[in-house]
Amino acid sequence: MAKILMKGNEAVAEAAIRSGCRLYFAYPITPQSELIEYMARMMPKVNGTFLQAESEVSAINMVYGAAGCGKRVMTSSSSPGISLKMEGISYIAGAELPCVIVNVQRGGPGLGDIQPAQGDYFQATKGGGHGDYRLIVMAPSSVQEFADMASEAFDLADKYRNPVMILADGMLGQMMEPVEFKPSRSDEEIAEMWRQHESWCVCPNEDGDKKHHHEINSLEIDPQVLEKHVNDLYQKYGVIEKNEVRYEEFNVSDDNEILCVAWGTASRIVKSAINELKAAGKSVGLIRPINVWPYPYEAVAKAIGPKVKKVYVFELNTGQMLDDVKIAVNGKVPVDFWGKVGGIVFTPAEIQAKLEECF
Amino acid sequence: MTTEMICAGFGGQGVLTIGKFLAKAGMTEGKNVSWLPSYGPEMRGGTANVSTVISDDAIASPIVSYPDILVALNQPSIDKFAPSIRPGGILIYNTNMCPHGCKRDDITIIKAPMVEIANEIGNQMVLNMLAIGIIIGKTAIIKYETMEADLTGFMKAKNPELLELNLKAIKRGIEIGNS
Repeated sequence: MAKILMKGNEAVAEAAIRSGCRLYFAYPITPQSELIEYMARMMPKVNGTFLQAESEVSAINMVYGAAGCGKRVMTSSSSPGISLKMEGISYIAGAELPCVIVNVQRGGPGLGDIQPAQGDYFQATKGGGHGDYRLIVMAPSSVQEFADMASEAFDLADKYRNPVMILADGMLGQMMEPVEFKPSRSDEEIAEMWRQHESWCVCPNEDGDKKHHHEINSLEIDPQVLEKHVNDLYQKYGVIEKNEVRYEEFNVSDDNEILCVAWGTASRIVKSAINELKAAGKSVGLIRPINVWPYPYEAVAKAIGPKVKKVYVFELNTGQMLDDVKIAVNGKVPVDFWGKVGGIVFTPAEIQAKLEECF
Repeated sequence: MTTEMICAGFGGQGVLTIGKFLAKAGMTEGKNVSWLPSYGPEMRGGTANVSTVISDDAIASPIVSYPDILVALNQPSIDKFAPSIRPGGILIYNTNMCPHGCKRDDITIIKAPMVEIANEIGNQMVLNMLAIGIIIGKTAIIKYETMEADLTGFMKAKNPELLELNLKAIKRGIEIGNS
């Protein structure tokens, strides 16, 4: 299939539909509104359901219901809207249901602004909603990757019966790059995916057979039962931590004097700076976590070469991934951080200057 | 090779479209491209700009710090972006809206009364196509034929007269860029 020049917001929507998403509930917010607009336009063409809810809270609870029915369902929003969805996300994680949530981050806290930011890392990877739960969190850095992650996110959500978040930002949502889509899943394939959920999802009980009765619930009033449930969840998260670590190495070698860690669009700006330094004979490596939960602790630790003087973290926040990097580095070398906030995006020149100070 | 561009002007002058058509043509020619608009409370009369990168290699940052090419359709765009053009880079600007011009002598400067020329061609809306033509004429980062095929593809059925004006503007731009 030929490449199409598309905004990230539109590409992830198209890819979601192609991977079998037929239900989408959301409420508009900049800078992800092209996503909801695309869904509004395209869902009716594939006999899917697009519904603009009266609020983000409603949208996420519609997702909860649809996921309970075993259907591929998605919602999307930007930072303040994602905060509103957090109660529902905790319920969905507690009830062990698959769904995909896209967060096209903007500046915060509060209503903040509408420019790109990475201030929701804590919320996405450490909780956000209440209780002991985890989301699988994928952090794309290009429009192609954003689109590819839609189908991967649905597959992971189904595999682990767990909500998956794609943590993008306003820059990725608004920018256009060439994107190539996978073929669409056929109606038969989509029906088959649904049938595979019959063992747990709400399903027609036309024959009155109680075997077909499944409860979708996150309330366990008996502490003994809840204790077992949370322990079971954490066993599942342990498996995810073992299987689903993903990262990219860029220019990592034994010559590296600095090792950078950056995620999402910020990592691309760091790459430009590394290229400039390379041309000047200075060796800097980069680890880019592709999934930010589970986090690639081992990969970061392993990438610290013999000449590395410092691990440098660059983020569009005040240092939210920094804690994870410190855990990974475990005191082996100093860890430094530099970032921009408020929706201001650092430039390759600024990162280059920061790195040059280290030589 | 990597070419980094910034196109800037008033909202409504079609600067975002300049970047979009160049990116699309670059993609058609098999190159890597990225198109990153300024977005926010922009409106007609406000300022708008777009960073476009066309490259044979994978594109790292879609944000451009040091443009190889700056297209400035108004004076504030020169004031804001011209100081960061790479030495040896190209500034293309619209003399009708840039009264103070640019003082740098380490870059190539191509200036044209773009509003006047667009009006001569028959429609002020083709000003951005004129700019595209100048870029093609000066740099050959994309081919005219690619642009013509792309424009023809989506405009011929809908608005053949406007297509002709657009192509005329691009060709005129190429003449300016070549000279």
